[in-house]
Amino acid sequence: MLIKHPDDILPSEITSETLYQDRRQFIQTAMNTTVVTAITMATPTLLTPAHAKGLLPSSPDTSYLQELPNVKKSTFSVNEELTPLEKIISYSNFYEFGTSKSDPMRHAHTLKTRPWQVIIGGEVEKPGILNIEDILKQFPLEERIYRHRCVEGWSMVIPWVGFPLADFLKRCQPTSKAKYVQFFTLRDSEQMPGQKRDLLDWPYTESLRIDEAMHPLTLLSVGMYGKTLPNETGAPIRLVVPWKYGFKCIKSIVKVHLVEQQPFTSWETADASEYGFYANVNPDVPHPRWTQAKERRIGELTKRKTLLFNGYADQVGELYRGMDLTKYY
Amino acid sequence: MLTLLPPILCLLPLTILTFQWGTDSLGADPVATLLYETGIWSLRFLLLTLCVTPLRALLKWPAQDSESNHLRRTFGLSAFGYSSLHLLCYLWFDQSFEWSDILSDIFTRPAIAIGGLSFLFLTTLALTSNQTMINLLGKRRWKQLHQLIYLTALGSVAHFWLLAMSKVDVREPLMYGFLLTLLLLLRYPPLLNWLNKPQSP
Repeated sequence: MLIKHPDDILPSEITSETLYQDRRQFIQTAMNTTVVTAITMATPTLLTPAHAKGLLPSSPDTSYLQELPNVKKSTFSVNEELTPLEKIISYSNFYEFGTSKSDPMRHAHTLKTRPWQVIIGGEVEKPGILNIEDILKQFPLEERIYRHRCVEGWSMVIPWVGFPLADFLKRCQPTSKAKYVQFFTLRDSEQMPGQKRDLLDWPYTESLRIDEAMHPLTLLSVGMYGKTLPNETGAPIRLVVPWKYGFKCIKSIVKVHLVEQQPFTSWETADASEYGFYANVNPDVPHPRWTQAKERRIGELTKRKTLLFNGYADQVGELYRGMDLTKYY
Repeated sequence: MLTLLPPILCLLPLTILTFQWGTDSLGADPVATLLYETGIWSLRFLLLTLCVTPLRALLKWPAQDSESNHLRRTFGLSAFGYSSLHLLCYLWFDQSFEWSDILSDIFTRPAIAIGGLSFLFLTTLALTSNQTMINLLGKRRWKQLHQLIYLTALGSVAHFWLLAMSKVDVREPLMYGFLLTLLLLLRYPPLLNWLNKPQSP
């Protein structure tokens, strides 16, 4: 006798084949759509932060810059093609406003350059505080077109406006103990949002040996292209040492301190094996992670050879006579 | 149409870069931007290639093997394309095709050596990515060979890491390293099985 058990599953519960196929179709379409949507959504978001370098407006705001009167042309200038102002502004290492080179262009407007004071102290007969307006009045300004070489391997030609640091230092009469000059950038994370991150030991600090500081090529710059310094480039006053890598040229200076012992600089503190105290441009002494033999001049596609002391060897070679430049890099 | 979309989207970054090149809007140092963008897109497509397997398991993708293989291949070849452009930019703009300089660069900078090695791996993968090569090698050996993708991806992240100019800011390579670690972890058999487990109704 055949006993027929009733089915466990009612026929009405069985998914029909067409519906089953539809489900597969549905999942497949959903999958494809997911992939496509993911890529579509990811593309613009991935592109934008990808160093928004390329996507920035090509002409930054320069309307706030003021004409500097009575600027004399200097014979120290090189006769090379100038890097356009927009490129100088949009390509700046100024970690106080972020680590990307276009960050300063986005954030440096928060920097207030008036009022601005520079404190001079340490081993000097005449310590004091100088207002930026007084500095601009006291020192005769000159235009100096210098090569500017970054430790990263790129370079520019910049028409700085400024005056020799030596003139500035002589005013405050360094004592016989003044062997080094130390500089400090403003520390104010409200004005300089990049300082909220512990990238470097803020405030940024740099230093020169006294003979380097007194060298006629060493400049305190207050402008470029005949006008005041754009915020992105270290307004209102910065150091320019054309034979050294750019990071020596400290920006937005608020304090100058003369000392007897060689001070630690910000980049030396961050990594002394990569960024030395001297940081002289030298094609024969490579950075631990890349060669310094060549550089890309901004505006050119291929690289050019880097010159010893950035091409200023005749003027400054004497400062380092007898020194082992691979040891004192 | 849907099968055409991924390859079109793979070409999108190239299209944008070409447009920016043409309109001189690659920034103050166009070469740096090109090197960065071609490199980063190559890495992104490598990671996308590695996304296919876990994604397929996770989403219970009912598609045939050939379809996911096809997607993997599209992403993989895109990675190869962008890294070729990346290498070309380096050889041309950075080194002006001066082979002695290039050789010394390879021997003195681990970042360059690792990058070059990863490119060799990726080239091998690209050259053996067609059906003819699968048939020629046999599926087993082909699969073994294509395990090279893991070394390639690890090499790419290491290359990026070592090159991060501002050594103090390695957030970006760190992020890619994290993503790669995640994608590699998802290949740990128990995890992959767990992803593959059929969902309860």
